[in-house]
Amino acid sequence: MTQNITHHIPASILAAYAAGHLNEAFSLVVACHVSLCDHCRAEMLAQEAIGGAVLEDQPEIKIAPDALEAVLARIDAAPVEPRAEQRRVADPGGVFPEPLRPYAGVSPDDMSWKRIGAGVRQKILPCKGPETVRLLHIPAGAAVPHHSHHGIELTLVLQGAFSDEVARFGPGDVEVGDADLLHQPVAEDGMDCICLAATEGSLKFKSMIPRLFQPFIRI
Amino acid sequence: MQAEPKHDWAECLNAISQNRDRAAFARLFRHFAPRVKSYLMKNGGSAPMAEEAMQEAMTTVWQKAHMFDSAKASAATWIFTIARNKQLDAFRKQNRPEPEDLPWNMSDSPDPAAEVAVQQEQDQLRRAIETLPAAQRTMIERAFYGELSHSEIATADALPLGTVKSRIRLALDRLRHEMTAR
Repeated sequence: MTQNITHHIPASILAAYAAGHLNEAFSLVVACHVSLCDHCRAEMLAQEAIGGAVLEDQPEIKIAPDALEAVLARIDAAPVEPRAEQRRVADPGGVFPEPLRPYAGVSPDDMSWKRIGAGVRQKILPCKGPETVRLLHIPAGAAVPHHSHHGIELTLVLQGAFSDEVARFGPGDVEVGDADLLHQPVAEDGMDCICLAATEGSLKFKSMIPRLFQPFIRI
Repeated sequence: MQAEPKHDWAECLNAISQNRDRAAFARLFRHFAPRVKSYLMKNGGSAPMAEEAMQEAMTTVWQKAHMFDSAKASAATWIFTIARNKQLDAFRKQNRPEPEDLPWNMSDSPDPAAEVAVQQEQDQLRRAIETLPAAQRTMIERAFYGELSHSEIATADALPLGTVKSRIRLALDRLRHEMTAR
């Protein structure tokens, strides 16, 4: 677990995730942050307890008369699988939290990054829905071009740190940007910064050059 | 229907896990299967789709009973998470990234005090939801039926979540301590 996390997932987004109604891109950022942050894990589990209460309060509607027999038959037909041991993280000290690994592999060193200018590299990850989720690699001391967003952006720091007009964000911290935030994240000296960022809409760049390239690099 | 004793559901899940106890499963099924189906219908499933998804979810309850931990969550909460994942998978065809799992109970022995605390919290939470003004209660339910976007979800300040969160934080602190001590 990462200590000293000071910037968390907003409670309403955690609630949507616990309810099972958050898009996949944002869910990936939430799952990674919760893996690192016990504060947000407690919030998520409390929200799930509300789900338990909502389930208990459901009316007892009609089910198929033979439903129990049908389920017992499914249970008998299914092979008895050996009980799964606790999922173990192969590389617990790695940069990528466990939920990220099915999307991006085990390590940033094994990935095919794409350059997007100013030394910054990105990798767009596959996910369902109109949202986009990407990994960003910002060299120590470098800046991501000035930009704002069409919708909400969640940026989780996985390695290093960056600062922008709002605050400093270290490992495990999440910055929540919205359409009003025009910012220029600058990676701290000393270590390259790796972030996981999910956006509702595309990014809007202030200067002309990245905008010209935008259709080609799908930022 | 007769009201069953409140602590029965956690015991049922433990009996399923340890003894493959079909009578315990039947009791649990009679209580939860109609509720799971109702929840699934409110999440956009037609009656036949919800029936099928309910049967799949209840099969998962049997198969994963050994992963239920009565010191972490109530049986209703645990079954809710299975039904929730089923609606995502069956109705929305959406993958759900899950947080890294924790070895919640490292001692492998049940913690009866924690189990009682969990059940008391769950009962308090239900009562608190029941006594909310109708409009607030509806907003909470609609969030769970996917009728609100995350920007429309208001956090339920009126609910007694503080005790739930502090219990979980204490358990997590203890767990992290044990994990680093190993």
